Amino acid sequence: MMILEKRQQPSPIWSLATPVLAVILTMICGGLLFATLGKNPFETIRTIFLDPLFSEFAWYYRPQLLIKGAPLVLIAIGLSFGFRAGIWNIGAEGQYIVGAICGAAVGLAFYPANSALIFPLMVMAGALGGLLWAMIPGILRVKFGTNEILVSLMLVYVAEQLLASMALGALRNPEGMGFPGSRNLSQYPSAANLELIAGSGMHWGVVAAFVAVIFAYITLSRHVFGFQVRLSGQSPRAARFAGVNPGLLVLICMGISGALAGLAGLFEVAGPAGQISIDFNVGYGFTAIIVAFLGRLHPVGILLAGGLMALTYIGGEIAQSNLGLPGAAIQLLQGMLLFFLLAVDVLTHYRVRFGKVGVA
Amino acid sequence: MTMKSVLAGATLALGLSTGAFAQDTTKVGFIYVGPVGDGGWSYEHNQGRLALEEHFGDAVETVFVESVPEGADAERVLTQMALQGADLIFTTSFGYMDPTLNVAAKFPDVKFEHATGFKRADNLSTYSARFYEGRAVQGHIAGQMTESNIVGYIGSFPIPEVIRGINSAYIHAKAVNPDVEFKVVWAYTWFDPAKEAEAATVLIEQGADVILQHTDSTAPQAAAQAAGNVITFGQASDMAAFAPLPRVSSIIDNWSPYYIARTQAVIDGTWTSTDTWDGIGPGMVKIGEISDAVPADVKASAEALRDAIASGEYHPFTGPLNKQDGSVWLADGETADDGTLAGMNFYVEGLSGVIPQ
Amino acid sequence: MDLSSINPVLLFASLMVAATPILLAAIGELAVERAGVLNLGVEGMMITGAVCGFIVAVNTGSPWLGFVGAAVGGAMLALLFGLLTQVLLSNQVATGLALTLFGLGLSALMGQGYIGIKAPGFPDWHIPLLGDIPVIGPIVFQHDPMVYMGLALVGAVWAFLKYSRTGLILRAVGENHEAAHALGYHVIRVRVLAIMFGGACAGLGGAYLSLVRVPQWTEGMTAGAGWIALAIVVFASWKPARLLLGAYLFGGVTVLQLNLQAAGLAIPVEYLSMSPYLATIAVLVIMRAGRAPGSLGQSFHASR
Repeated sequence: MMILEKRQQPSPIWSLATPVLAVILTMICGGLLFATLGKNPFETIRTIFLDPLFSEFAWYYRPQLLIKGAPLVLIAIGLSFGFRAGIWNIGAEGQYIVGAICGAAVGLAFYPANSALIFPLMVMAGALGGLLWAMIPGILRVKFGTNEILVSLMLVYVAEQLLASMALGALRNPEGMGFPGSRNLSQYPSAANLELIAGSGMHWGVVAAFVAVIFAYITLSRHVFGFQVRLSGQSPRAARFAGVNPGLLVLICMGISGALAGLAGLFEVAGPAGQISIDFNVGYGFTAIIVAFLGRLHPVGILLAGGLMALTYIGGEIAQSNLGLPGAAIQLLQGMLLFFLLAVDVLTHYRVRFGKVGVA
Repeated sequence: MTMKSVLAGATLALGLSTGAFAQDTTKVGFIYVGPVGDGGWSYEHNQGRLALEEHFGDAVETVFVESVPEGADAERVLTQMALQGADLIFTTSFGYMDPTLNVAAKFPDVKFEHATGFKRADNLSTYSARFYEGRAVQGHIAGQMTESNIVGYIGSFPIPEVIRGINSAYIHAKAVNPDVEFKVVWAYTWFDPAKEAEAATVLIEQGADVILQHTDSTAPQAAAQAAGNVITFGQASDMAAFAPLPRVSSIIDNWSPYYIARTQAVIDGTWTSTDTWDGIGPGMVKIGEISDAVPADVKASAEALRDAIASGEYHPFTGPLNKQDGSVWLADGETADDGTLAGMNFYVEGLSGVIPQ
Repeated sequence: MDLSSINPVLLFASLMVAATPILLAAIGELAVERAGVLNLGVEGMMITGAVCGFIVAVNTGSPWLGFVGAAVGGAMLALLFGLLTQVLLSNQVATGLALTLFGLGLSALMGQGYIGIKAPGFPDWHIPLLGDIPVIGPIVFQHDPMVYMGLALVGAVWAFLKYSRTGLILRAVGENHEAAHALGYHVIRVRVLAIMFGGACAGLGGAYLSLVRVPQWTEGMTAGAGWIALAIVVFASWKPARLLLGAYLFGGVTVLQLNLQAAGLAIPVEYLSMSPYLATIAVLVIMRAGRAPGSLGQSFHASR
């Protein structure tokens, strides 16, 4: 019989080896899947995982990895604080939407004025919008003990309806021939979040993501707040004795994750997406939850996990276009990758032994 | 050398290599907003792509990417197709307008075709279908088939495309049945079977015995079938599985003739940027077989109306027509201009209710 | 505007049908959450059930076998979730989200080749005697069997949780898995079985869409119904009886707003559509968190 025995400390070797193991397992199972679909498994795997990095057109795909990965990393970093402390904000999608709406509304209010102040104001509005939206489940938990997982999830649907209302109503482009959707912010110089160096993929959102990673790394490893977060997650009782105010911690963690999700939404709407539309949100908020776990809630891990997710998106598109692979096969492969990454993590925290149940 | 000139240089080099390839096969790309299995909008565009492959055989290679979100993802997929040597790319959703414009500017040698949009460039055409012509035929049948004199209409979003369809159907229903009344509900979705079924049921409960839909799923057909004595029309695809009742006819998006003609133009080197808005005549809008549930005389007059529209002899928006508020829109014999139709945001006289803003 | 055209009895009858798919999925998820497991992959299990049910029904010609196939398909996908979260102790939130992604992809691949086909018919039941009651009979007692199956399942789960010994064990496992373990119950086994039951129910709900409501297969046809099911469980404060209320409220708001629109009333659709979610949050606040199963969402590992 197989027994799992909890390790005193997570194994550092396994925590590095498990992601590699998961990717290899995904490649094997994915290869089998592609073979049954009548595609060459080796070519398909190479196209998805390597072509974005090393093919003839990698000079185009590499910057795209930054654009696709930045919102995921930015949101996931914010979420990781709460997740470490046992505070489960799974409504980042809603905070992302509200951040985008608030930021875009500020930008559109100034249209067509020209000022260097507009973009910074939008950034503030975006962060504030996400923060306030996240405060709702935060305050409800602190005041009434309401489960924040469920409240934050419910608020995603509310935000989606709000988005539809904005795209059809208040923020609709008056020159858009009656179609839903706002003016294109990326064509409004004062509000646009364009590439800082053309062709590099670096826009303010990417910069913010990198800054967030560094900030999170320092906070978690060096600052007392990081210690409080980790302690609260491991032992809430001990944290209370150590003087952690649990209510305040909830509000701070929700606030950080909400503000970063709002920022991600603002940078997306002002740059790559360009406009508020009914389907503006494409699930970054939910994917970021997965990214946070794949990265083991560690800032550097999240950075790598965000990159890996972006890779499968971009590689998946290349495989669809060049090899005629169905889009559904890519979704399935991503699902598999996540399953394997989640499954093998058990090796980091537990020792596998074979034999009879012994006495501890 | 700056990043920008690297990009430009690479694009240029690629343009040359594309030119060399073009002698053998022409590569045509498609991007779809939904999955090709949606049975509606994206499905029909993909049928057009398959017809293209059938027609040209080895002379044309097609590629496609499905379920591409509008925005940054679309721009990336388009760029990727252009980089991989596509000669012609069809972008098949309104939301791809700005991404297509951006990518078209970067790849002057690649031809782009954007569906349902209004922004054009030297290498970017737009195309759309005059679905309202098909709606006229539906209205004509609906007006004569209804016994309760209530026609239910499931709208998706209050945008010109949908409003045009409602007006067109209403005008032609009214012409054959002065007592007809339209009940419009907005589902705020293009595709949500559960909601569409509910919308159809609600309309039927409120007395409608004809359901017109501008959403893509077959759920309203099933709801009508369950209720009995209600007729419907297929939308986007034929929905023939529900014939002869409740589905008595349909509007089919038929992109094949256009896709074949435009690809031929690229092969011949005669492609130019245009704005195409085709209807029943050129075959972009097809009227599905009118089933035997429709009396022979109604069927004959509906087909006559279809043929008159196809030949250009009759325009579905011909005066005298007033707007909902009673003000004159078109004088006697006057026909609507395309500009007004493209941005249509008002109901014609006789329709009740307000368009949500 | 003519509100008299809205018939309340008819409205209720259509509600019974409209609520069925989410009710089926929600009653399964309720049992899962009462066992202390949060499975956010309802949407993925629903759509997998929808496609499995459709394939079986089309190939055998029997909608009944289709529903069986849907339940098996949903349960199999749920078993994968159970294996990951219960045996390999992965995080439930992340695994559930991954399950939805996986299910959407899997169903789309399985459904290739089934597009544009209609499912075999599933006739309505005319319940003897009850169906003959004037006015109410034809409306409440002449639906298809799955409508009553959904209601029966809710009743069965209610009775199971309240009166059966196994139900008590399930609740104990959900409230405090350490204590349940100390009492000698197999926490993991109970949870895996609950998860599979939840998957089977979600599968049935999905198949109700693909076999009765639409009835065709199209990719992504559940269109978010699984997420609504999750909301309803919360709204119901994990109580089966309130689940009915929740399902009718959520379905009712949609049906009502469509009715008001059809009656010619100009209403802000988006804001009305938000209202059930806001109501759910209000219910959560009023009920306090104490009502949620104590071990909801936590992994269990027997240390001894």
